[in-house]
Amino acid sequence: MAKKVAFLQGNEAGAQGALYAGCKFFAGYPITPSTEVAEVMSAELPKVGGKFIQMEDEIGAMAAVIGGSLAGSKSLTATSGPGLSLKQELIGYACIAEAPVVIFNVMRGGPSTGMPTGPSQSDVMSAKWGTHGDHPAICLVPASVQEIFEETVRAFNLAEKYRTPVMIMPDEIVAHMRERIVFPEPGELEVINRTAPSVPADQYKPYDTKFGDVPPLAAFGSGYRFHVTGLNKAEDGFPTTKAALVQAEEERQVRKVDANIDDIVTFEEYMLDDAEVAIVAFGSTSRSARYAVNEARKAGIKAGLFRIRTFWPFPDKQIKALASKVKAIITPEMNLGMCTIEVRRCAEGKAPVHGIFRVDGEPINPGQILDKIKEVK
Amino acid sequence: MAFDYEKYIRPGKLPHIWCPGCGHGIIMKGLIRAIDSLGLEKNNTAIVSGIGCASRLPGYLDFCTLHTAHGRAAAFATGVKMAKPEMNVIVVGGDGDGTAIGGNHFIHACRRNIDMTYIIMNNNIYGMTGGQFSPCTPTGAKASTTPYGNPDPAFDVAKLAIGAGATFVARGTAYHATQIDKLIAEAVQHKGFSVVEILDDCPTTYGRRNKFKSVIEMMNRLKDIAVPVKAAEKMTPEQLQGKILTGVLYKEEKPEYTTEYAKVIERAKGGK
Ligand SMILES: Cc1ncc(C[n+]2csc(CCOP(=O)(O)OP(=O)(O)O)c2C)c(N)n1
Ligand code: SF4
Ligand SMILES: [Mg+2]
Repeated sequence: MAKKVAFLQGNEAGAQGALYAGCKFFAGYPITPSTEVAEVMSAELPKVGGKFIQMEDEIGAMAAVIGGSLAGSKSLTATSGPGLSLKQELIGYACIAEAPVVIFNVMRGGPSTGMPTGPSQSDVMSAKWGTHGDHPAICLVPASVQEIFEETVRAFNLAEKYRTPVMIMPDEIVAHMRERIVFPEPGELEVINRTAPSVPADQYKPYDTKFGDVPPLAAFGSGYRFHVTGLNKAEDGFPTTKAALVQAEEERQVRKVDANIDDIVTFEEYMLDDAEVAIVAFGSTSRSARYAVNEARKAGIKAGLFRIRTFWPFPDKQIKALASKVKAIITPEMNLGMCTIEVRRCAEGKAPVHGIFRVDGEPINPGQILDKIKEVK
Repeated sequence: MAFDYEKYIRPGKLPHIWCPGCGHGIIMKGLIRAIDSLGLEKNNTAIVSGIGCASRLPGYLDFCTLHTAHGRAAAFATGVKMAKPEMNVIVVGGDGDGTAIGGNHFIHACRRNIDMTYIIMNNNIYGMTGGQFSPCTPTGAKASTTPYGNPDPAFDVAKLAIGAGATFVARGTAYHATQIDKLIAEAVQHKGFSVVEILDDCPTTYGRRNKFKSVIEMMNRLKDIAVPVKAAEKMTPEQLQGKILTGVLYKEEKPEYTTEYAKVIERAKGGK
């Protein structure tokens, strides 16, 4: 049977990806340019017995999805910059309570209300540093409608596998563009569900490291009784201030991601084998970059593209290797240098890193990147 | 035989953190007796709280317990209830937690009429942080941030809940201990969003600053100001001056949220 093909908007594809991943609960608050995710979920979730709720604000939405997840439903919220700022406190809660949830954040201009309908890539630092305290961060940055679908599935997989909130952050251009999408058949993409406890209820501890860095998670109402708190907790879930326990718990939470970077980090290398100038880009900007690389090659310049697909954890190792291979790196991005800072950090001075920054609500076009390639080659 | 509280207390979790004379423990015992009288199944009951002295309550009890962030309990609880409508959901928290930082979640949970019980332990102060005034601190009272007396007017929590759409609203006090279980039990049985405000005391941060010489004096005040709704009907406005009504203040049958959402699912599945 031929696969189902559709002409879909990015946000719609995100909602479809969530459904494919088995999402059963959505809580959100409307905000441009992410609202279509909520609209599709409100229509589709009840058809599969799932639940949709429009909360009073983004804080409430974040709270509700954590509650829903702890009660056993794969849960999604969607928002954009100002809403992301409001969600931050409880994103930290999801980190420390180790509740799997997915946050679909469409990047628009900021700070504050900024440019509600203008594209941006300026929330990537918020994804890692937005909530207080040390905590793990996973953030995916898709570049096409098809990829939004697939990466939303992966976001759920990572959330479930590592018991942590995962962010997927398309920029407004990718979220609002319409493209052809081929729907994966059921079973074609891997769908991961959290590990349920195997021990009897009276022996269950929600953070039992006997089972490794990602302890099994029971659902409320499933016969397991346990306590969840936002305070630093011991393995049994109850608050503790014992120095050794707190230190170990904090380190484990971060290690869940840090020790599995190769499982989480994804990227695409395009024409990099013999490249002298490398573009490091993500989201819609990477599409302009690919075009620019092709044009540069036509002009005899050895250019290539390193496309970041997972922004956090950052592909440190790969960028470091890239920097020791090329003469120059160009980092076009719709912000004032957030990815550039990271690339410079990883490049360790081995290659100069030239940023192209745009925060005027206009996309970075291939011509701009091509000019830079010619300038630095 | 004396009532067996131990059955519901998590082993090893006592002593609690509350100060001697704090009313929170009285309310916890009332909640336990209410749960016992209803025979709620432990595995099927979630107790959710925010942050504050009052919000430490769930940790002591042997249920599915969720100690959330300051003010957010009602919103977390909404997620739990949506995912598992068959669970009994009880929210507990302080006056600051529920009506200041959590005020928005509180009124919207009232409006939705989602089936859960919200027990608000109103000691008129932010106890945990050392006695700053809350939206329930009486005008003129002293708090650590109102050294010249509180200029703010206070919320009437019950009126707020009724105005926002809660379909069961009751009020009791920490002094009237045996009434607490009855009010909570009736609230839990009510289908819809029920609010039980329990007037409470914080001797440590409120009593001390407001010339209460002892916990007994604070408790006696609760006794003196409380007037059961029935008794109030026979009293003149003058007699009711400075009094606070207790008992079931409001009750109404209205469509409940998760039941209504089940209909949404039916309509969606039927393509309507
Ligand atoms: C976001 C946030 N803001 C402030 C605080 C500090 N804080 C902790 S408890 C509390 C007040 C609690 O008062 P109440 O809810 O009345 O409970 P009580 O301690 O009186 O029982 C405050 C302000 C916090 N934990 N989180
Ligand atoms: S500070 Fe007040 S509210 Fe907190 S435990 Fe002590 S008496 Fe109770
Ligand atoms: Mg209080």
